[in-house]
Parts: sequence; structure tokens; C-alpha cells
Amino acid sequence: MRLTSNYKPSMYQYNEQDQTLVEERAAQYRRQTEDFLKGELSEDQFRALRLRNGLYIQTHAPMLRIAVPYGLLSSRQLRKLAHIAREYDKGYCHFTTRQNVQFNWPELERVPDILDELASVQMHSIQTSGNCMRNTTSDHLAGVAADEIEDPRPYCEIIRQWTTLHPEFDYLPRKFKIAVSGARHDRAATQLHDIGVHLVKNEAGETGFRILVGGGLGRTPIIGQVIRPFLEKKHLLSYLEAILRIYNLFGRRDNKYKARIKILVKETGLEKFTEMVEAEWRQIKNGMELSDERIAAIKAHFAPPAYDQDAAHDQSLSAHLAADPAFATWYKYNTAEHRVPGYRAAFISLKAPDSPPGDMTDMQLDAVADLADRYTFGEIRSTHRQNLILADAKQADLFPLWQALCTLKLATPNIGTVTDIICCPGLDFCSLANAGSIGVAKEINEALDDMDYVHDIGDVKINMSGCMNGCAHQSVGHIGILGVDKKGAEWYQITLGGSSENEAAIGERLGPAVARDEVTQAITTILEVYVNQRQQEESFLDMVKRVGITPFKERVYADH
Amino acid sequence: MQIIKDKAIIDDTFTPLADDAPLASGDISVSLARWKNDRETLLAHADKVGVRLQAGDSVSDLADDLKRIDLIELNFAEFADGRLFSQAWLLRGRYHYQGEIRAAGHYLTDQTFYLSRVGVNAFQPAKPDHLNTILANLSDFSVKYQPSIQ
Repeated sequence: MRLTSNYKPSMYQYNEQDQTLVEERAAQYRRQTEDFLKGELSEDQFRALRLRNGLYIQTHAPMLRIAVPYGLLSSRQLRKLAHIAREYDKGYCHFTTRQNVQFNWPELERVPDILDELASVQMHSIQTSGNCMRNTTSDHLAGVAADEIEDPRPYCEIIRQWTTLHPEFDYLPRKFKIAVSGARHDRAATQLHDIGVHLVKNEAGETGFRILVGGGLGRTPIIGQVIRPFLEKKHLLSYLEAILRIYNLFGRRDNKYKARIKILVKETGLEKFTEMVEAEWRQIKNGMELSDERIAAIKAHFAPPAYDQDAAHDQSLSAHLAADPAFATWYKYNTAEHRVPGYRAAFISLKAPDSPPGDMTDMQLDAVADLADRYTFGEIRSTHRQNLILADAKQADLFPLWQALCTLKLATPNIGTVTDIICCPGLDFCSLANAGSIGVAKEINEALDDMDYVHDIGDVKINMSGCMNGCAHQSVGHIGILGVDKKGAEWYQITLGGSSENEAAIGERLGPAVARDEVTQAITTILEVYVNQRQQEESFLDMVKRVGITPFKERVYADH
Repeated sequence: MQIIKDKAIIDDTFTPLADDAPLASGDISVSLARWKNDRETLLAHADKVGVRLQAGDSVSDLADDLKRIDLIELNFAEFADGRLFSQAWLLRGRYHYQGEIRAAGHYLTDQTFYLSRVGVNAFQPAKPDHLNTILANLSDFSVKYQPSIQ
């Protein structure tokens, strides 16, 4: 069944200039690939160019990372991803923690063709890797969250355009990531980005931005600090430019492990760094203001879709919830509150027990595109926890939607639970990895196959990376697992108590790394300690805060 | 040697002088260190004078002299060192430098479009056959999201 959407998704639609830009970029990359294959570009030179187009050379084959700006996809775009998975890959793709999509098996020679395919649906892979400004990420509930101060997506789009092919800042000391949140509850990990942008209201009731700088994960996880408590909206781009110029000029280039802006901020000191940025900003801010007209024009792209005013009058949802416990469980864990009565945001779990976290087949991609057209406004979102969301599901449609997702194996009721594991591709695919991660995730999943137990444990976020680069943000997992290499063997470092939300925290190391065959036991032991020692409704994170790591440590290392 | 200036292929008139080489007549370029040491002599030079900057140099060192300098050469030791992109921007945007800004050294021809947008108006090719490549690359894009600086 192929349904055609009658709706225009509430997302940015390319104009002629946007379209020309992605087409010219695809043509430029085709030429660069030809030059490389003819021997006119060295490995090193081509490496820098292909990375700026998201192409890594991996363990088995190239990996192509495609940008999903702040996690928004139309059903048409999802179908194109399905097509690419089928025609150019092995029939699947992988959703990442930056809300992007990765293909693990494209041929280098055919990547230019993939870019042409993407350009035909307003997509690209520009700046999805390399030492440049990366895809801007945001709240996956943007525009529908009940706790929103203002929809962050128009500002994400303004930032997306500004960062795209920026002539001055494409060869930075290191990669650079910006996240924007518009809600009271930070679902975009803004405190763990090179720049975090948080929509806030000042004392006069005006909306503007709180700007954070110097956060980041990887080898040296650091929580970002406030560089400007309130920035008028019109100054957004000049302020970003001032930060980027200071970073580009003064960020360390002598050691790639000390090259992120967090190290510059730390070594310079926040106060002095702030002075440098503010001095630069004062010299450029006049003349760079965003006009009200421009903001309004971008906002118009994100106008709310035509919600059914009678959606809340539906009686069927409560009847289904009462009659079908499995549906009720899915509803409880995999749907979220929506600001419009009668609507819910419905998560699509990409964490089925027997498939790698974040992976989807071409068949699933096509089917979800159809569901998005049938039950929502033709829009799909990716989340930084590697799931998808249909953000505008009518409550009356939730039951048939759930049934359809069940047949697609996309309805595991585990969003926000211990089996909703963030996981990088690890040693199986990535040339940087020191240890496997997908296999460990599978083993943990198998050990936690009792969903009642999983639901009883509640909100526990496990993040697992196969190396120090920390793609899966292990240092801010409630439980973090980091693969390390010890004399050729895979070992795993466990941390507890990390968080990427409002009270951001870096996890504390539990003790010495554990061997591959002991990881799952260690995780189940940690969960047992929690279940046995928690107080009433206390969450895992709250308990770690209360008791520290000692009780966990004693049990995990008891037999050593 | 031929270079590109303002999108045309021209003959380069500048002779680069090493820090210990005797001053020669004609158009010359010197390092920032030599400029600082021999500033008075160089200011009195009858022909054109250029200063060669490395990525770690600070253009603010030249702020007071820019009206007397005909050429600033941005010398790339490594193409990935993006500081020179900001140095070019500062020369045009902050100090309103009107002379020639020339990219030289190990930059990529694929970077010339970006360089042209931050104020670089001349390119010394690594090889003569790069001249036409650079001219072509300067037109890689017909659209852009940010203002350029000339």
C-alpha cells in the first residue's frame, strides 16, 4: 500500500537557492571523487574533502552519514532513504545520536549518485563529519511539547543555513556541535555541546537565548558554562560568529585531543574567554541583526499543522486502553504528552531486543513513511536516543498505529527504560572502535527479557560506546559503558550517575574495567542493587545521587 | 611565475626575500619578522612591499602599517589550518585593508571558493596547471548563505 500525503509537513521547504546549493555541492563532490580516483588528490587531501561530505572509510567499507537537520524528515525523504538502503546498501540504515542517518556499505564510486538522489528530496550530507560545524540538533518534541517556551526549530533552521558552507569556519581546530532547546526540560543535551542555545524569558518577559559554551563529551567530558545569560534574538548569528572566530583563531591545533572549544575555554578561563568573545561581538553585531521579517518568514515554515479540533472527543482510546494491557503498556512508555488536546507524540522504538540499536530496514522505512502519511501530517522525527517519533498522532489513531508498529517490530514498549540503549556501531563497523558494542547491547537485552522487570526498574538510560570518542555519549548515561582495548582484548569501563538533561552530570567511574564476558552480569548486578535499595519511588539516578557508587561497586566487584 | 589575481591570470612581480637576504630592488615580499626588524628601511623601499604571514601570526601586528603594504601573502603550511581564513576576514572586515591578499603554499584548489569569500583576491598555484583549476573552482557555487567580504 502506498499512500500519498495530502499534507505538507510542518518543516522547512527548500526555495530555489537552497536547492541550487545542494545540487552544486553534489556536483562539486562528484568532481572531487573523480579527481581522487584519477590520482589528482592525495589520500590526505581527499580525506578532508570527503569527511566534509560525511564519508568515512570504515573497517569494511565506506560509511556515509546523511544530515537530518534537527531530526526532521518528511515521509518522502524517508522513502528516499529506503530506496538508498535498497539500491546502494545492504537494505538497512542506522540512526545516530546526532539525529542523522548512516549507511554502512556504500561504494565510494557511487556516493556521488547517492548525493544526487538526496538532493532530489532536499537532503544532503554536508558537514556531517570533519573539523567543521556539524548538524544542529534539537528537542525531538519541538513544537509539540507542553513545556515549550518557544519552538526552537526556526532558530535551528537559521543556524543550519548560517553554518552550511560557511567560508571562514570550515577548517576549525576540531568538530563543532550546536544544539538548541526551546523547552524548560532540556531534551537536546544543550549543556554538552560546543555551543548550547536555550530559549529563555528575561525579567521583562521577552524571549531570547541563554548561550552556553564549552560543553562536550568524548575523551574529556565537560559540562558547558553560561557565556551570556540573555541574548536578544536579533543577535543570534553575530554572537555565534564571535565565538567561532575566537575559537578558529585561538583553539589549539597542536593536539587533536585538546582541540575542542571546551579545552580553549578551560585553559583560557571562562571569564577571559567571555571577554574575548564579547569584545569581538561588539565589533560585528551592528549590521548583522536578524530582521523580524526574516525570523517570521522562517517561522512560517513551522506553522502548526491543521489539528483536528475534535480530537479529544474520541472515546475509543480509553476503551482500548482498558481492554488491551499490551496496548496500554505501549501507550504508557512509548507516547508522550502533546500540547494539543487529543494528540500524543508516538515513539517508534528502534530498540527491539534482537536488532542493533538505531537500525532500520528499507521495508520498515517505507512502512513508517506510509504510517506517517496515514496517521499524522507526513512528518517523522529522529531522536538523539536513536528512536523515531510521529509527533502528531491523534489519540483515536493510536490503537491502529500500535497494531501496525507491532507487525513491523517497532513497538517494543521500552522508551526511556533500561533496554532503550544508545549504542554506537562499535568494532563491528567502525575503524576507530576498540571494542564491540552491538553484541553487548544484545546480551544486556537478552538478560533483561522480562518486560515487567524492565518497567519496574523504570527510567534508566544506558549509553554504550566502543571507544573513547564517545559517539554514544556514555559519560552522560545513567549507566555508561565504554569499550577499551587491553592488550588486544575487549574490556569495558562502567560509569554511574551521568545525565544529559537539566541537571547534567558526568558519570563517575565504578572501578576497574570488566572483561567482555562479565559486562552483562555487572549491569544486571547494578540494577539489582538499585531494586533492593531504592526508597519508594526513587529513580535510579536519584538513588546514585543519594548513596554514591559504593554499594554498587561492592556488589559488582564482590567476587574479584 | 603566473598567479591569479581578481580572477585573471597575471605575471607575479613580487620576489620573496629570505630573512637574511640582502634587500633587492623591485617588488619584494618579506616575513612578518623581517618586517618588524627592518620596518623603517622597508617603508622607504621604492617599489612595492608585501608581507608573508603564517597561520600563527597576528594581523593586528600590521594594523598601523597596512596602508603602506601592497601585498599580504597568507602562507599555508597545512591546508587544514583554518586560522588564515579568519586572518583574511580580519584584514578586510576589521582593518579595511585594500591591497592584495594572496593565498600561497599548501592550500587546496578546492578551498579557493571559500578563500575568495573571506577577502582573498589572489592565488599562487602550487603547480602551473592549477591556474585553470583555480579559476574553475572560484565558481563552484552560484549561491551562498552568508555575506562575503571583498
